Amino acid sequence: MPTTLDGGGLFRVHESDIPFVCYLDANGQPTQPLPGWAEEGSLLVDYYKAMVKAREADRKAIAMQRTGVMGTYPSCLGQEAPGVVYGKQLKKEDVLVPYYRDLPGQLLRGVELSDIYLYWGGDERGSAGPGYGQDFPNCVPIATQAGHAVGVASAFRIRDEHRVALTTCGDGATSKGDFLEALNLAGVWQLPVVFLVVNNQWAISVPRPIQCGAPTLAQKGAGAGLPCVQVDGNDVIALHEVIGSAIERARQGKGSVVIEAITYRLGDHTTADDATRYRDSEEVRKAWSEEPVKRLQTYLHNRGLWSPEQEQAYLEQVKLEIQQAVEIYQKTPLPQVDDLFDYHYKDLPAGLRRQKEEMQGGLGHE
Amino acid sequence: MSDKKTLVEAVNTALDHAMADDKDVVLLGEDIGANGGVFRATQDLKSKYGLKRVMDTPLAETLIAGMTVGMAAQGLKPVAEIQFMGFIFACMEQLVTHAARMRNRTRGRLSCPMVLRAPFGGGIHAPEHHSESTEALLAHIPGLRVVIPSSPVRAYGLLRSAIDSPDPVIFLEPKRIYRVQKQTLPETGSRLPLDTCFTLREGSDVTLVTWGACVRECQEACNTLAEQGVSVELIDVATIKPLDMETILASTRKTGRCVIVHEAARSFGVGAEIAARIFEDLFFELKAPVKRVAGYDITMPYYRMEEHYIPDHKRIVIAIHDCLTEP
Repeated sequence: MPTTLDGGGLFRVHESDIPFVCYLDANGQPTQPLPGWAEEGSLLVDYYKAMVKAREADRKAIAMQRTGVMGTYPSCLGQEAPGVVYGKQLKKEDVLVPYYRDLPGQLLRGVELSDIYLYWGGDERGSAGPGYGQDFPNCVPIATQAGHAVGVASAFRIRDEHRVALTTCGDGATSKGDFLEALNLAGVWQLPVVFLVVNNQWAISVPRPIQCGAPTLAQKGAGAGLPCVQVDGNDVIALHEVIGSAIERARQGKGSVVIEAITYRLGDHTTADDATRYRDSEEVRKAWSEEPVKRLQTYLHNRGLWSPEQEQAYLEQVKLEIQQAVEIYQKTPLPQVDDLFDYHYKDLPAGLRRQKEEMQGGLGHE
Repeated sequence: MSDKKTLVEAVNTALDHAMADDKDVVLLGEDIGANGGVFRATQDLKSKYGLKRVMDTPLAETLIAGMTVGMAAQGLKPVAEIQFMGFIFACMEQLVTHAARMRNRTRGRLSCPMVLRAPFGGGIHAPEHHSESTEALLAHIPGLRVVIPSSPVRAYGLLRSAIDSPDPVIFLEPKRIYRVQKQTLPETGSRLPLDTCFTLREGSDVTLVTWGACVRECQEACNTLAEQGVSVELIDVATIKPLDMETILASTRKTGRCVIVHEAARSFGVGAEIAARIFEDLFFELKAPVKRVAGYDITMPYYRMEEHYIPDHKRIVIAIHDCLTEP
């Protein structure tokens, strides 16, 4: 079509042809033939159990906040699926660079639940446990973790290591320059990093339609020359296919992928938020009909892979594990003044040593 | 002498030696590869060490700071260049929220052994936004080290130590004196401490405290005052944070007078901290109030007027005379 200066063909909006991957519909029915591993079923049961455990651990966290046992906490209710999939698909030597709603993935990476509670209980030592390996701690300043992930991936490349960095963020984070700058580098350097955007539709009170004018968030990768894909974020089979392929591709040195997992934040932004102020209850009711745990449970029941008896026994086991984590968290003594001062520098500078003694004196610890 | 080096050449030599000694030392920044950096601080290093260790990044300062944190947390020793300090503000979030506190946030599980280099200060008739001195903003951040060399020898020794440092170091290079002085560098690999001021000249009448390019004007002032019979003790702070107050306090206790000189705006500057510490510890031993000679609390002027902003020899001499004649 010839271009003209009076509009028409001169300016064009990029037409997105981002694929959307889904295997199980909201009722747990396959929408297309399933991959072999899913037909076999045992990994699906593992995913299911991991989601149930994450949901129970999340429920306990909220309960502890409500009863004054823990501070402000951001629930992962409804978006357990992406985390359990990357949690199983990453290798131990890979590095997770999370945002702050990653409890399901962190548990599978080996982080102790008691450490997660300790962190949200206001104690930095909750990010120190050996279960984190070389994974990054939760990242609260939005999208700043994207830069770390490409730095980690650059280190892998410099050292010729076949390791992968995976970083998560929410839909709101894709509006930030940090995110776009990181995508740009990943594209130009072909870095072994996977960007997983967990689009839960809400950035506190700002819904996805007024966050960004593009039809998908995944397509932000296109400007950086990266492959982009949308995936049903409540469907572990689709997530397994997409995240697993992206990790494998990165490990083989074929570069980065941007994945947008479409899910829904069923809870408030945090325990300090009240989503009823800005969100329509009908929308939330509909989202409950699409959530990931029930969807997979239906599928597993239909296939005879999981029974109500197994469910009951597993829930009892999980509740016991969670109770043990709560007890460890609650029995953790307060940090010492040493803890507050001694990790700002490898060796405590003289001036800071005097301030430490001042604080110790104030607390009667002289 | 061909083996004498300018300050910027000393930076280049320190980077070269650090890279030769340790394969974990990598460089990144804008135009640092084939171009060797806009001031040539990284000249020839890409051809010597390859593009995996000398990385031209996209033009994105926030990214540079963020990826440097990521690399350092993986155990590399990245040395990032921010082309001018005027562009360091895009890095501030990464410095404040991540680089400075990664060790503390993880109680030592991860750390940030990184160096962020940036040319700073005025005096070279540079374009707008290229001449600020905002070391106080950085020095206010717990967990960072802020280092400013004032000679080729100190640039070499301090940069080697900064690269060795297990903590994040902001290494600010006074570009006004990048090429004004040549010195023979000390033995290859020699380091200077990151927690000690340098007493450049001993004296008994007044303590003159400064850092960076202002050391030069202060040295001239010392010479002028010596001819007038005034004995000045000159201290180059060099390591702004952590601040070695012991050396400054010991000298001021001896002389009873202190004048602080810096190019950055006066209020809330590093000079204010030094003055406060002197008043806290030595109030009754002072013979005169502490004086500051500094930039004014205005935006660093564009270059037609910058020489009237930067403290000069005359202002320093006057301040010292004022300090000596206080009752």
